Amino acid sequence: MINTIWLTLIVLGVLTGVATGTSADVTKAAIESANEAVSICLGFIGIMTMWSGLMKIADSAGLTRWLAKIFAPVASLLFPSVPKEHPALATISMSIAANLLGMGNAATPLGLKAMEELASLNEKKDVPSDAMCTFVAISTAGITLVPTTIIAIRAQYHSHNPAEVVMPIILMNILATFVAILADRFFRPISKGR
Amino acid sequence: MLIKAVTFVSNLVIPLMIATICVAGYIKKVKIYETFIEGAKEGFAVAVRLIPYLVGMFVAIGIFRESGALSILTGILSPPAKQLGMPKELLPLALIRPLSGTGALEVTIDLIRRFGPDSSIGRMASTMQASSETTIYVITVYFGAVGIRKTRHSPIAGLLADLVAFLSSVAIWRLIMSLGTVN
Repeated sequence: MINTIWLTLIVLGVLTGVATGTSADVTKAAIESANEAVSICLGFIGIMTMWSGLMKIADSAGLTRWLAKIFAPVASLLFPSVPKEHPALATISMSIAANLLGMGNAATPLGLKAMEELASLNEKKDVPSDAMCTFVAISTAGITLVPTTIIAIRAQYHSHNPAEVVMPIILMNILATFVAILADRFFRPISKGR
Repeated sequence: MLIKAVTFVSNLVIPLMIATICVAGYIKKVKIYETFIEGAKEGFAVAVRLIPYLVGMFVAIGIFRESGALSILTGILSPPAKQLGMPKELLPLALIRPLSGTGALEVTIDLIRRFGPDSSIGRMASTMQASSETTIYVITVYFGAVGIRKTRHSPIAGLLADLVAFLSSVAIWRLIMSLGTVN
């Protein structure tokens, strides 16, 4: 699936470039995108290092086990394969909470930390576990309670009510998350062992 | 008012979280500084491990974006999108949203600028933009961080959620405006 998406993007882009004479732009885009990707990763280093350090303290202090216990009723429904007091559940819940509050720069490092903890439970090293797929599915649905960016843009363009979109956005978010969870459950057996 | 309150709380959460973790560790007699360093080393490795995954995906998306393929694809997909109730002005946004966060934001701002934030297109675009995620980016980063190349059914699940969010964003504004609760 990801192979198909990758190939489609490159082939469609290159063919259009050749056909419409934008090949120079395409070349430039390829090089600039590679640089941009590296600078994003470099930008991650600081914040990722910070959260990993803090989560290690939280883990040693027993905070993550405590948080995992609170989250357990929901977690056992969504992630039945993860042991009840495993730190992965705490990190997952913290990542989702950060997303809900619109704190993107905390949500991603916590999400990556959660993936690492889920990976430590995974028997096959090159194929993601069911729990990892479920967590990624929830994360791609992008749930938030405070769409600050869009409200700011609407205010900047003199909307009479910049925040009138908040309720529809929250409703659509919940719907998308449900669809992601259901789709994950539906496609899970089909993609086993691939 | 509500937004201000939420922003206020959001600004407090991270500092409080950092303090709580450190104080709790200290009370539980954890060697907090040494433990922090130990954990921090792992974080550094994750960020570096991500590089090849993100470069691969960004190059493909960059080539696609700058070639003008998006406008050609928009032309081809316009009729079927219309059948699903999606106005053709919103199609470029739906196509770029799962691929590029900044790209989608540019398209959204352009739509709001051209049609106005309180037009039906402006409201629908706002809702589409904020109710979905950069699915392909999230999949690349999350699996890249643990060094897994196989993604199983994650792209299908994520893109399906986006599709439903886009179509419903359009539908909900049609419904709200037909009820006449906003003008």
